[in-house]
This record gives sequence, structure tokens and C-alpha cells, in this order.
Amino acid sequence: MGSTLYRKKGPLIAFLLPAFLFLLLFLYYPFVQNILNSFSDITGLGAPAQGLNDPWYVNYATLLTDPKLRTALGNTVLLTVCTVAFQVGIALVLALLVDSIRVGAQLFRTLYFFPIVISATALGLMFNLIFLYNGGMLNQLLVNLGIAAENIDWKDADHFLLTMFSPVMWQYVGFYFVILVTGLNNISQDLYEAAALDGCTGLKRVRFVTLPLLRNVLCTCLVLAITGALKVFDLPWVMLGAGMPQDQGWLTGTYMYDQTFNRGNVDYGSAIAVLIVVLGVLFSNVANRVFKPRSDL
Amino acid sequence: MKKITPAKAGTYVVLTFWALTTLYPFVWVVLNSFRERGLIRKDSFSIPLPGGGLTMENYAKAMDRFDFGNAYMNSLLISIVVTVAVVLIAGFAAYGMVRFRFRLRGLCRSLIMAGMMFPVFSTIIPVFRMEAAWGIASSGNRWLSLLAVILPQIAGNLCFAIIVLMGFIESVPIELEESAYMDGCHVFQVYFHIIMPAAKSSFATVAIFAFLWSYNDLFTQNFFLRVPREKTITLLLNEISSQAGVDYGLMAASVVLIVAPVLAVYVLLQKHIIKGLTAGAVKG
Repeated sequence: MGSTLYRKKGPLIAFLLPAFLFLLLFLYYPFVQNILNSFSDITGLGAPAQGLNDPWYVNYATLLTDPKLRTALGNTVLLTVCTVAFQVGIALVLALLVDSIRVGAQLFRTLYFFPIVISATALGLMFNLIFLYNGGMLNQLLVNLGIAAENIDWKDADHFLLTMFSPVMWQYVGFYFVILVTGLNNISQDLYEAAALDGCTGLKRVRFVTLPLLRNVLCTCLVLAITGALKVFDLPWVMLGAGMPQDQGWLTGTYMYDQTFNRGNVDYGSAIAVLIVVLGVLFSNVANRVFKPRSDL
Repeated sequence: MKKITPAKAGTYVVLTFWALTTLYPFVWVVLNSFRERGLIRKDSFSIPLPGGGLTMENYAKAMDRFDFGNAYMNSLLISIVVTVAVVLIAGFAAYGMVRFRFRLRGLCRSLIMAGMMFPVFSTIIPVFRMEAAWGIASSGNRWLSLLAVILPQIAGNLCFAIIVLMGFIESVPIELEESAYMDGCHVFQVYFHIIMPAAKSSFATVAIFAFLWSYNDLFTQNFFLRVPREKTITLLLNEISSQAGVDYGLMAASVVLIVAPVLAVYVLLQKHIIKGLTAGAVKG
């Protein structure tokens, strides 16, 4: 990288300043403020802090013993694993398949991307209608086809994980699909032709040409999927509400929201937010280690 | 002569199956938005026919009770400003980060990556207090309230946009930029004439996501927009869902009313989206 063009550093300020100004003012400053809040005693949204907590780390001590938080963490880790495996997995399979066809490729892209256009509020309402106990789409379908003898309560203790996870994963498959398809399009046709000359086609080509070249894009997808899973909020919130059923359905996002906005535990909510960020950094570092992006590709 | 191999057929079966999972739920909702009250629970799969359960009543009720036009205006205004700002600011930052070598580069990179992790709930309260102190949040002025939503939404979209754009700008061959420089272009001309056209596809991707996330965001809007005339489309839907109760027909009709214009725009833009996505491949 010895380009003379980029030796003068003057313009750099102009390039970076607007972005970092926004990040510092609207992300980092509030977040630092949030960390301070997690050590302070705050009882209401509008209320100023009433000094430090006693002892100051009490919220973090509570984090360790709170059974609901443990549930939330368990569910969230499970969701993260499912997200990486199914969301990115399905997206990769679909992207490779669409890349291999000509007729209809555009139609499939249009259809796959389509759930992302819809707001989570609308989707939550839609899935509530689908998973409805009495006369929802799924129950009517299963009963009519004779798969289930009677209506299934999709929000009970046996089914809520499926009910909560599947819409979240379903919605964002198209998102990773688009990123991966764009990545596939950026792979030069010459490489494929060269590979074909060497007798490398079909699955072999996927394994030895496509996937290695897609590595950086895949890595981006993984980091996005992991951090996205930790923040999931609106769909589960619209569908299941506060920790349904019987405090088993918490996610870190919904639990934090509930503590902060419904219970007025603003300082404890702030501590949970800190935990979410720490986990996000940790998880995505692991992902980066395992699927290290390579600069030579 | 084209032959249909089993592999090809399998490919289409898999692709079609997934397409059905994304399409059918919406078809189902549309069908039921035209169904007479009470019939949804018994028989939701048939196509409602005139005289056989078809009704426009759900739509009449929704249009009558809620102000959709104003909500669309507010939503579009917010999302368009956010999109333009994100594309400009993130493009600049990504370019600077990829091409320049400087001392704090590692730190800046980490700041951007870590910025992705912040759940919006963790920053919203301090942001609200800060904006209230500036006089733009809860000022009672409609435009200032919209601005109060726009600013944190720009910040919230930036990290993702920068990361995606960095990935693509990295793959633009640097030789092009150098030869442009030799021809007397300065850095900004290189950015606008070489980088932006070459990474057009990823700029399109980033713009689309910024728009959608801003448009669909419930949380930030809910926090800053309290007065009825400031209401956006997601807020309106939220309000409907809490008022509709067990009136499933009204819910279905509202979902359709809110989704339909987005879909229309999406289908229209689709050509450009695909063109944008594939343009990168041609330039390779």
C-alpha cells in the first residue's frame, strides 16, 4: 500500500470527521453515560440519578444471581446459535442455488428479500394471526391435513421457543441472502472458467473456489448475525410480550426493555445493556478468530 | 436444446419452497382482510367471493378510524433524510478507513465494529436528555421532533453501512485510483468518479437497508414522537394493534394497508436493486 495518492493525510479528516462525530455524540457518549447510570440509583426515566448505588456494583451482583436473566441469556445464546446455523446457513444455500440458475433468479431474489421490507410490527401482528390458538393459519392447516388431532397452543411452554425463533430467523434469511449474492456476483467469471478447465465443477467448485472467495463476505454475515441476535427485540415483544410463558420466554433484549421501561429499574436495565454489549464483542471476536477475514483475498 | 437435469429440478424445488414460505403468509393475510367478520377462524384458506364472505368493511373501518396519509408523510420524510445522510457519511468514512494508513486506524476500526453492538435501548435515554437540552426533542414543533428521530437513526445505521462499504471498497482495484491521480484528479474527485461508480452495487444495498430500517423502526420513533400529527406509519400500526382486540379482520386490513405501498415501491425499485447488485460483477 505505498500509493502516493493516499500519502497526504489532509483529506482524511474530512472523510472521517462526520461519521465519527455522529458515532461519538449519538453512540459512545450516551453509552458511557449508560455505564455510569448502571452504577447509579435511578428510579424513573425522567428522574436524575440519586447518587451512586450502595454498594456501587450492586446491579452487577444482581446480574449473577437473577434467575430471569439466566433464562434470558440461555434463550439468547440458543437464538444466536440457531441464527448462525439456520439464517446464514439457509441464506448461503439459497444464494449458491440462485447463483447457479438463469431463469427465475430475479424472481427468487425479489421474493426472498421481501419480508425484510415489512416492519417487525406488521410481521408480529401477522404471525400472531398465524399462530393463533383458535383458528390461526397453522392450526387450521395442521388440523385440516390431519397432522395434528387438535389445536396446538403455540405459545405454551413446549412450543414458545419455536414460535419465537422461527419468525425472527425467517425474516432475515433474505438479508444475508442479498449480501451473499452480491458477494457471489463479485467473483470473476474468469476464475470459474479457469476452474472448469482444471476439471473443477459442481460441488467441488463450491468447495474450492466459491467458498474461499466468499470468506470475507461470510465473515461479515456472521458478525452481523451474532450482534443482531443479541439485540432481537420487536418481533418477540409484539408476539409474546413480557417473558411469556411464565418467565421462560425472556431474551436479553426484551428483559432489558421490561426492566427499564415497565419496572422503572433504569439502572439495572443499563447494567443489562452493558452485558449485551460485552457479549456482542466477545461473540463476534470468537467468530472473527474462527473465520478470520483474509486480506489477501 | 436445454435439458432439465435432476440437479436443476432439485434446485428449483428448494428455491420454490422457500419462496412459498415468504409469500404465502402475506397472501393469507390479504385474503382474510377481505373476509367477513367471524369467518376467519372457521375457514381462512378459501378465496372470499362476492356473496361468499367477501367484504370491504374491514378497509372502510381502518381508513375511517386512522389517518394513514399523514403518517406516510412523516415516515417517508424521516427515512429519506436518514438514507441520504447515511450513504454520504458512511461512504466517506469507509473510503478513508480502507485507503489511508494512519496511526489511530486500528482504534477507529474497533470503534466502528463495537458500534454495531449497542442495542438502541442502551443509548436512547441519554440521547433523549441530550436532545431535550438542545431543544429539539419534545419541543412541540413537528419538524424538530422528526429531526430528533433522524439524528440517532443516522448514527444507528452508520456502523453497519461503513462495514459493508469497507468490504466492497477493499475489492476495488487501487490501480484505477492511482492512474486517475496521475491524470491530476485529487482525492475527492477520485472518490466521486472512481470509487462511487465502482462500488455502486454496495451503495445501493446500504441505501436500501438504511431506508427500510429507518422506516420500520418502532422503538426510537415511539420514544420521540408523541403528538398525533407526528405519528409515523409504524406508530399507527402499533396503535391499531392495541385497539383492534379480537377484530382480526381489521388487523389484517391494517397490515395490508401499511404493507401495500412499501411493496409497490419495492417491486418498482426491484429492477434497480438487482441492477445495482449485479453491476459490480460486470466491472469485477
